[in-house]
Amino acid sequence: MCGAKAGGPDLAGVDVANETIIQGSVTRDGEPVNGYVRLLDEGGEFTAEVPTSATGQFRFFARPGKWTLRALVPGQTVDRQVVASQGTAVEVAIAV
Amino acid sequence: MSRSDVLVDADWVQAHLDDPKVVIVEVDEDTSAYDKNHIRNAVRIDWKKDLQDPVRRDFIDQAGFEALLSAKGIANDDTVVLYGGNNNWFASYAYWYFKLYGHGDVRLLDGGRKKWELDSRDLVSEVPARAATAYKAQAVDSSIRAFRDDVIAAIGTLNLVDVRSPDEFSGKLLAPAHLPQEQSQRPGHVPSARNIPWAKNANDDGTFKSDDELKALYEAEGIDLAKDTIAYCRIGERSALTWFVLHELLGQENVKNYDGSWTEYGSLVGVPIELGSN
Repeated sequence: MCGAKAGGPDLAGVDVANETIIQGSVTRDGEPVNGYVRLLDEGGEFTAEVPTSATGQFRFFARPGKWTLRALVPGQTVDRQVVASQGTAVEVAIAV
Repeated sequence: MSRSDVLVDADWVQAHLDDPKVVIVEVDEDTSAYDKNHIRNAVRIDWKKDLQDPVRRDFIDQAGFEALLSAKGIANDDTVVLYGGNNNWFASYAYWYFKLYGHGDVRLLDGGRKKWELDSRDLVSEVPARAATAYKAQAVDSSIRAFRDDVIAAIGTLNLVDVRSPDEFSGKLLAPAHLPQEQSQRPGHVPSARNIPWAKNANDDGTFKSDDELKALYEAEGIDLAKDTIAYCRIGERSALTWFVLHELLGQENVKNYDGSWTEYGSLVGVPIELGSN
């Protein structure tokens, strides 16, 4: 398996100007972790969930506002708060 | 019917990996996940290629379902255990198909692929060889499927449960947030629908909450379980999970899944739409 890449997946071909993107990676000691990332809204309600890619990366198409990212990996759960806005992808590096 | 007749845990599956009368089937939203790895001896059903009519928008017919299960090596008297990623969304959708066509013994793996992975259980890449069967499906059971006219007739009279996320329900988003936002439909929800997101049925690890917790959830949301219920989402897979909870776990009769869901309703001309949260 190749190592972790900094930041989220490549944005080539993505309509960044019109989407509200939250993306990033989940790593442990700099190595990508296979797990899941959940997107929770301001009220803590589940909005979406994706598995991390082979390089530990994830991406959501959200809407502007405050969100919580919850990384689920074997034996551990890590939350991160983010603020998203349209037109600029938010990059979130989650170390577990 | 008890919970164990429709739902098995990971230990049960582990103990039945080599049972010839148990067929483990992976059904993923990401249809390539199986190629990477899967539970040993599991076969794949591709919800896009295998379960949909290739031309019009509808599910495969009886002959198509028979051909599919025969090719997968599934016999009428096999116990089928379905699992998948994304908290069993598409495994639940496939479960609903198996019930539509009257399969005798079909169950979900509680928590699906995620729970299996979070438990750090083994996954393999070898594809099992199963001898083809001559599967015979029953005529489709339309008592568990709702169409658009059923939904319109249910407004203000029956329980309508919109299982999408609060932002999809209120009209702020048109698709789950891991997908690009579509533009073809009007946002919002069916008037009089209650927003009870599918995720409220499950724990973080994807396993279902207890029967008591589930019953309390629907009652607290004002759902009169004595009335008929229609569940919908965007394309009918998340609402298949809620259908599973209400019909299979809680044993409620008269619960239908509207598989046309918001991609159909939100594109209809002239139907009422409501915006905002409950």
